[in-house]
Amino acid sequence: MNLRAWLALLAALGVAWLAARAARRRAAGTAGGRRFFASPFAGLGVGVLAFFAVVAVAAPVVAPFQPDRQLDIIELVNRGPSWAHPLGTDLYSRDMWSRLVYGARVSLGIGALAMAVALTLGAAVGAAAGYFRRATDVVLMRLVDVGLAMPRLFLLIVAAAVWQHVSLGALILILGVTGWFGTSRLVRAEVLTLRERDFVTAARALGARPGWIIFRHVLPNVASPLLVSAALGIGNVMLTEAALSFLGIGVRPPTASWGNMIADGAGQIVAAPWTTLFPGLAIALVVMALNATGDALRDALAARPSSYEEET
Amino acid sequence: MTEPLLRVRDLRTYFVTERGSGTARAVDGVSFELYPGETLGIVGESGSGKTVTSLSVLRLIPEPPGHIRPGSYIEFEGRNLLTLAPAELRAIRGNQIAMVFQEPMTSLNPVFTVGDQIAEAAIIHQGLSRKAARARAIEMLTLVGMPDPAERVDHYPHQLSGGMRQRVMIAMALVCHPKVLIADEPTTALDVTIQAQILELLERLQRELGMAIMLITHDLGVVAGTADRVVVMYAGQVVETATTPELFARPRHPYTEGLLAAVPRVDTPREQLRAIPGSVPAATEWPAGCRFHPRCPYAWDKCRTSEPPLLDAGAGHQARCWLVSEPGRRSAPA
Repeated sequence: MNLRAWLALLAALGVAWLAARAARRRAAGTAGGRRFFASPFAGLGVGVLAFFAVVAVAAPVVAPFQPDRQLDIIELVNRGPSWAHPLGTDLYSRDMWSRLVYGARVSLGIGALAMAVALTLGAAVGAAAGYFRRATDVVLMRLVDVGLAMPRLFLLIVAAAVWQHVSLGALILILGVTGWFGTSRLVRAEVLTLRERDFVTAARALGARPGWIIFRHVLPNVASPLLVSAALGIGNVMLTEAALSFLGIGVRPPTASWGNMIADGAGQIVAAPWTTLFPGLAIALVVMALNATGDALRDALAARPSSYEEET
Repeated sequence: MTEPLLRVRDLRTYFVTERGSGTARAVDGVSFELYPGETLGIVGESGSGKTVTSLSVLRLIPEPPGHIRPGSYIEFEGRNLLTLAPAELRAIRGNQIAMVFQEPMTSLNPVFTVGDQIAEAAIIHQGLSRKAARARAIEMLTLVGMPDPAERVDHYPHQLSGGMRQRVMIAMALVCHPKVLIADEPTTALDVTIQAQILELLERLQRELGMAIMLITHDLGVVAGTADRVVVMYAGQVVETATTPELFARPRHPYTEGLLAAVPRVDTPREQLRAIPGSVPAATEWPAGCRFHPRCPYAWDKCRTSEPPLLDAGAGHQARCWLVSEPGRRSAPA
C-alpha cells in the first residue's frame, strides 16, 4: 500500500469525523437532536457509518489496488497484515483492504437499496390496509401473514436456484420484496390510529381524495417510526446478504462483497484468519453502528411534541 | 321567502354498536332548512345528535359502524348529497360546503405549515400552483385577522395559540369561498375572550362573503349573539325551532325552557343555578312516548305513551311538545 492510499484512508477518517461533528453541532440546535446524541453510542455510530459511506463512495481513491487483481500468485498468497497490505492478502493474492473497500459499495448499497424497496412496498401495503380497512385490510394482512411465515432464506435459495445467476439488481429486488412484511404491519398499526385523527377528517371535509390523504396527511406522520425501522432493517438486510453470499448464492465472485469475502476465506480460517476476520469485523461494526443509530433515533423521536415546541 | 340553500329531510344516522347491544339512533328523523346568508344555530346537550347531524351533511360519518338510513334526504342546490358519487361529493366538500371543527389543536396536521394546509382546498378544487397557493394562504390569513400573515404562513400548528389555530381552521374552510359553512362548536376549546373574537370574525366574514353558517353549539349565549334562527335538538330529534328572539322570549318546549333557565345571568339577583334533572338517555334506547318525558316537570300520561310531532306554535315557531296543543297544562307542573 502506497502513501497515497494511506493518505486517502486518513482523509476518509477525517471526513467521517468532521461529518459526525457537524451532525452533532447541527443537532444541538433542537431538543430532538440533543436527545439523539444523548445516547452513548449515537455519535460513534454516525461516525462509523460516515466512514464506511465515504470509503464506499471514494473507493477508487481509497483502494490501493483493483479489488479483483491477483497481485502475485506465488509470493502474495495468504499473507498476513503488513505495511503494504494492512489487512493482508487472500488465497488468490488479492489485497484484502482493496476488496473490503469495494465490498463496502456492494454490501452497503445492497442494504440501503433493498431497504428502500422494502420500505416503499411496506408503506404502500400498510397504508392501504390501514386506511381502507375492511376487505383490503383482510386480504393484504393475510398476505403478510403468509410472507412472515415463509422462511426467507429458503425462498431466496429457491430464487437463486431457479435463475442460476442472480444479478445484483435482482438480488436487491429479491431482498426488498421479501423484507417488507414487518414494515407493513408497523405502518398499518400507525395508520389505524392516524386515520381516526381530526386532521384526517378535516382533510376529508376539504374534499381530498383517499390517495391525497394517505400521501399528504397519513404517511408523513409515520415517517419517524419508519425511519427507525429502516435504520435497524438495513443491518438485517446486510446480514442476510452476507449469509447468502457465504452460501454462494448472493453476490457472485469475483465481485467483492463482505459476505463472499468471508466465504472465500472460510477454507483457510486457521491458516489465514485475517481473510475472514476483517470482513466479519466490518459487517459487525456497520450493523452495530446501524443499531446504535436506530436506537438513538427511536429515543429522539419518541417524545416528539415537546421537541416541536423548542424549535420555535 | 327565498329557496333554502340546504334542506335536510328526515335525516336518520344510526350506529351499530358492537357485541349486539343494539343500534344507537344518534340522529333520528331530523329536518331543517338553511337559507342563503343566514346563521342557523343548532343547540343541544352532549349526546343530542348535533355533531352527528353536521357530519352527516358532508357524509363524514365513519362507516362502519355508522350509516345514514335510506329515506334520509339532504338537498343542496337541487341535488341529494346522500346519493352523490364519491367524486361528485368531493367536488362539493371544502368547495361549496366547508367545515370548521371543534378542536383546533388536533384538526391541523402537525407536520405541515399552516400555509400548506390553508392552500390545500384551493389546490384540490382550483388546481392552484404552489406559488399562487401560498399567496392565497397569506391573503386568507390577512382576511381572518392573523397578525404578520406573511410570516405566520410558514409556521407549524404547534407554534400558534389556540385562537390563532382556530383562525387558521376558518381560513382553511373559507379558501374556496363556500356557500355554506358548518361550524361545529368552533369556540368550545377556546377561552372566553378568544371566543368572542372568533364569533365576531365569523360574523364579519359572513357579511363580506355572504355565506350561510350552520353554527353547532351547546352554548345558548353564543346562539343569542350570532344566530338568526335556532334549532334545538334533544335525543336525536329537533324539539323546537324558531327565530332567535322568539325562542328566547317564548320557549315552547320544556327542554328549551330548562336550557334557558340553566344559563347564569348577570342582570338578576344571585340565586342557585338551575339544572335540568338527569341526563340525555343512551341513544340505543330512547324512552317511549316523548323522549324528554323522564326529565320533564310537566309530563303527564299522554307524554309517556305517544310521541308528539313538531307542532306549529305560530310565526314559524314549532315545538315537539303536547303542551303546544294543551297550553293549560303548563300552569300546573306535576
